[in-house]
Amino acid sequence: MTFRLGVDVGGTFTDLLLVDESSGQTYMAKVPSTPEDSSIGVLHGIDRICDESDIDTGQVTQVMHGTTVATNAVLTRKGASVGLVTTKGYRQVLQVARSFCPGGLGGWVSYMKAPLLAPLELTIEADERMGADGNSVKALDAKALRSDLKILADTGKVEALTICLINSYVNGEHEAQVRDVAREIFGDIPISISSDVVPEMQEYERTETTVVNSYVRPQVSKYVQNLQTSLQERLRDDVNLAILRSDGGLASARASSESPVNLLLSGPAGGVAGAVYFCRRGGFDDILTFDMGGTSTDVALIQNGHARIRRETRVSDIMVRAPSVDVRTIGAGGGSIAFVPELTKALRVGPDSAGADPGPAAYMKGGEQPTVCDANVVLGYLPSDVKLGGAMEINREAAETAVQTLADAMGIDLLTAAEGIIKIVNESMLGALRLVSVEQGYDPRDFALVGFGGAGPLHANALGVLSGSWPVIVPPGPGVLCAYGDATTQIRDEASRTYVTRVDAISADDLIRELDELRARAAESFKADGIGEDQQEVSYQADFRYAGQAFQLSLPVTKQALEKDGLSALTDEFDRQHEQLFTFAHGQDHEIVMIRAIVKATNTLTADLKQVSDKASDLRDAKLHDTKFYFGQNWHDAEIYDRSKLGMGTVVPGPAIVVEMDSTTLVLPDHTATVDNVGNLLINPFN
Amino acid sequence: MTARIIESNSTPFKTVDVDTVTVDIIENALRNVREEMDAVLFRTAMSPGIREQGDCFPMVANRDGKMVVGQFGSFIHGFMEAYDGEIYEGDIILTNDPYMCNAAVSHLPDWIVLVPIFKDGRHLAWSAMFGHMSDNGGMVPGSIPISAETIYQEGIRIPPTKLYKKGELQEGVLELILHNVRTSDWNRFDLNALVAACRTASKRCAEIAERFGDDVFQTTMQIMLDRNLEAMRAIINMIVPEEPQYFEDYVCDDGVGKGPYKIACKLWREGDVAIFDFAGTDPQAKSSINFYMSEDMFKMFFGSFTINLFDPHILFNDGFYELVDVRIPEGSLLKPKFPAALSGRTHALGRIFDVMGGVLGQGAPDAMNAAGFSDSPHLFYSGYDKQGEWFQLFQIGFGGIPGRPVGDGPDGHSLWPGFTNVPNEFIEAYFPLRIAKYEPIADSGGAGLHRGGNGLSVAYEFLVDGQIGVHDDRWLTYPWGVRGGDPGMRSTKRLVRVDGSEEWLPAKCDGVNVYEGDVLYFNTWGGGGWGDPMQRDPELVKTDVNRGLVSRDGAVRYGVVIDDSGAVDDVATIKLRNKAIEDRGATGLFNFGGTIEELVARAQEETHLPAPQPPNP
Repeated sequence: MTFRLGVDVGGTFTDLLLVDESSGQTYMAKVPSTPEDSSIGVLHGIDRICDESDIDTGQVTQVMHGTTVATNAVLTRKGASVGLVTTKGYRQVLQVARSFCPGGLGGWVSYMKAPLLAPLELTIEADERMGADGNSVKALDAKALRSDLKILADTGKVEALTICLINSYVNGEHEAQVRDVAREIFGDIPISISSDVVPEMQEYERTETTVVNSYVRPQVSKYVQNLQTSLQERLRDDVNLAILRSDGGLASARASSESPVNLLLSGPAGGVAGAVYFCRRGGFDDILTFDMGGTSTDVALIQNGHARIRRETRVSDIMVRAPSVDVRTIGAGGGSIAFVPELTKALRVGPDSAGADPGPAAYMKGGEQPTVCDANVVLGYLPSDVKLGGAMEINREAAETAVQTLADAMGIDLLTAAEGIIKIVNESMLGALRLVSVEQGYDPRDFALVGFGGAGPLHANALGVLSGSWPVIVPPGPGVLCAYGDATTQIRDEASRTYVTRVDAISADDLIRELDELRARAAESFKADGIGEDQQEVSYQADFRYAGQAFQLSLPVTKQALEKDGLSALTDEFDRQHEQLFTFAHGQDHEIVMIRAIVKATNTLTADLKQVSDKASDLRDAKLHDTKFYFGQNWHDAEIYDRSKLGMGTVVPGPAIVVEMDSTTLVLPDHTATVDNVGNLLINPFN
Repeated sequence: MTARIIESNSTPFKTVDVDTVTVDIIENALRNVREEMDAVLFRTAMSPGIREQGDCFPMVANRDGKMVVGQFGSFIHGFMEAYDGEIYEGDIILTNDPYMCNAAVSHLPDWIVLVPIFKDGRHLAWSAMFGHMSDNGGMVPGSIPISAETIYQEGIRIPPTKLYKKGELQEGVLELILHNVRTSDWNRFDLNALVAACRTASKRCAEIAERFGDDVFQTTMQIMLDRNLEAMRAIINMIVPEEPQYFEDYVCDDGVGKGPYKIACKLWREGDVAIFDFAGTDPQAKSSINFYMSEDMFKMFFGSFTINLFDPHILFNDGFYELVDVRIPEGSLLKPKFPAALSGRTHALGRIFDVMGGVLGQGAPDAMNAAGFSDSPHLFYSGYDKQGEWFQLFQIGFGGIPGRPVGDGPDGHSLWPGFTNVPNEFIEAYFPLRIAKYEPIADSGGAGLHRGGNGLSVAYEFLVDGQIGVHDDRWLTYPWGVRGGDPGMRSTKRLVRVDGSEEWLPAKCDGVNVYEGDVLYFNTWGGGGWGDPMQRDPELVKTDVNRGLVSRDGAVRYGVVIDDSGAVDDVATIKLRNKAIEDRGATGLFNFGGTIEELVARAQEETHLPAPQPPNP
């Protein structure tokens, strides 16, 4: 027997999921995270899960891991000290940051710029110039560079070096020359060059992306190496460690140490992957995911079982050019604080959050301001009298006191204020769902809505009512879904480049040649990790637009179709999609902006992860006790059920509350929740 | 109103009770509408001006034409007065003529699309959006001719015209318009994009009304307007004293030898009403620098700058207009008489923000900023590339954000909402240009406790022969400092010919021939400093020096001596500071870098450019 282990490290808890690869049997554990060195928590969790499930650690052959090491380095600004080499005349490319001041008219009055990730003190210029056509305009002055690099090295402050030169997306020759000189001077210090990391047009974005790669690289590679070593000691010598990328694929430990900029959204990508896993097995290929945590909510749109991938990744105010699952994050979560500005008397929720510390008032850890969580407690959605393993103690009185302050400020009663908070936060989340659906030309009513994360299942039913997305799905283990995602996905890598070519200027054969080159590049990391061609699935994409347009659409490309139908099949498809999105098509001046090859390893997990007993259960056996909650200006009598006792086919009529280890699902009046054959709770309007 | 809206359903809307939470939810939903309008436009527009720089502005207004969501205030009243005709469901109106829409747009290249939103046969609301088109025909590429003396020379004038009638595109009208511009493909796309954005907003508003009820939607928009009214009433009472405050600032010249033009503003409060009186502003210019300022737009500027301080989440709107009285003399630079030329209005428009800051700041000095990047300088470059194809580049310049109460001003940034620079690699890929340098200018930000942001030096190397046009200001007057802060450095434009000879270009010029290999150094100005530079922590000055943002010599302006090792020389610094404080005497609220007469007298010597002649009375 062999096992694979999915591990997701979150801010508060580390979730582990052990999967028997032949039977699909799973074991779960949740241990506190250890932020100073998250591998300690991981190893502790491994001991615990193997101990509890009585499995020999030597049987675990693969560890698949979602990590926020890279994310946290950026969020807490505790990454490496990065040196930067730019083209002469562009030393302050990050300082100018495309001149953008956020906020509306007058936003500049309060805008405070965050410190640069590569400080100007550690930025030097290389005297060289590449033209936009890829021809060298001015050769590199290597002598001057050598002397400047020495001065830079002598500061002793550079822990990682970045090289990003103008127009290197067309021709990276000068960057390679600079790197060769830098290697002699900087020795073991990791060097990232932009034409390797992200050969795409736009100097600011390319520089920032490459700098972020350098910024997180020392931490990530140290973490990954330590973890790999410890796993080998603890589990077996040939244990295989893979890290989840922002685009939902896995990268080998080696590849992720070299391009850690691809890991920034590793966490949210795991949740999406987990949601896709359970929904596909339940027969739902078109879903909107909605992952609500303490401080923020991530939403994504999945079509035909595939998450949309976008070309940028955003973490707080840092935006980089790295592929990521198209997750939109809004600053509204269970810990979001509600308040009433004195002048306008409006009710506002977030973006400030009570976070984990001091937390919502109901948790009695010093929080006094009313939060979304407190409103859920006041309304009875989060019962204060049910506790299952891992859940925190909830104090109803504290929640009421906090929400009452808000009710007083608005001159309304407690329950109306609490319902108001919930409605406002739900509306914000509806806005986020619209961003990924309506604004991309999709009707949310054609999708099912999947709620997970600590707070998602509480709000999912209400959000389904607002968006018209049915059924509302609460997958098994909504609080540990990321670990499911980690354990069920595949190794992936891609190579892309800026192409910027008019379609009428090339032939299908030209494009095929380019794609073949990209495929070879994308598969390099597979080769380095010993994954043969017979275990690779390759796909291609081309980003189209009308020449000069800002918008672009990624279209799937196959070599067979190109050989058979030529380029017109692609331009026709682009016109069709453009018209669907924007009500008009141009029909000419098609331009291919980017091309890329994506290589995935064949999935080796064939067993189904089964999370539910085959038989429908008698509701009476699952019932914990009676309760009541407030909804739509009325109290409703409801029952509380233990989810682990609900078998396949069981129907839970609303109003009801379904509780499990780390999550609570609210089923509203006039709705029912049905357990499907995978263990999903499917909530639908009654009738 | 002379425009008549024809509804097939005459059931009146009712005012109903709406609870606060519903208002907040609808407010949220309308915020999403506005964001979606921007998203649709950015993705479908084609010209770099709109798609990369974001030169475009959306709006949703209630049935009466009051802006409920947006940035620059409603122009629907002006339009309704100017348009004589009937308006039906499915109509889409296009205009660009400031004289026909009460200056809702202030020059011809800004095209407005206006859509009446109907639901069940009733007129529910309006959506509108304007965007800056790359070209509008007329005398020069880019359609901002400096020497134009009437608006007829500035390209095609589109009176409020139905682009769509009851949903039918009026192709003849569209083609007639596009036939008159140099960049018809870009304009066609951008116009399509504006229409698509407004239609999206229409759809969303109808959906919101359907979800909450038409009467609730109508009533809520009124409540949102009232919220702004009450908030602004409190704010005006807080920050506008009854005692009049006066401030004046200048547009340096008019591009044809006259200047500087004074913009004068007096502010006081009577009861709840703030009065801004621009009496004393210089008469209109003969050239195109006139800014036909809509009173409503000014109210909007005032409101959005102040209300953000108190509830940044509020959806800012027109509701408070009755609390502000704006008086602009006819025939002045700010209210020129038809058919005065208007295309170069960007300098006076920008300067209004400094004027507003200066006049408001006297009543609330704690919240006051220094003078900033109060303009939107442009560069045009056009001609035929080596393949014989016409090209036309429009670049917006960015500069130093002023020193502010919250801290230093960012370097080389934009004051305009949502604007970003066009990536230089994009420009080099699509235009025959090489951008040899793109870098903030050390020491150009005014010294202060909080440093003004540095201006930006951009070196444009022209790769083919062509013509350029320059639109810039603050070459003569300084971006002033406040509360002891120094002014920032002024702007310059230096053209280095391929043979090595140099010319200093005036701030406003067009039709300048450039040749392959010439390099233009377009240097924008820095932001003014805020607070006493002698109080700035020497360590911060040291950091700026090590970063190349302030030079070692420039550190002296802070009374800070940096030694050869890059460290602060404490002893020398104390000495220098003591002496500097003694020498300069008391500092005033403003530092203009000299009186206007002194600046004019020193012009040739300091700026390499002749002083302008006083504008005619």
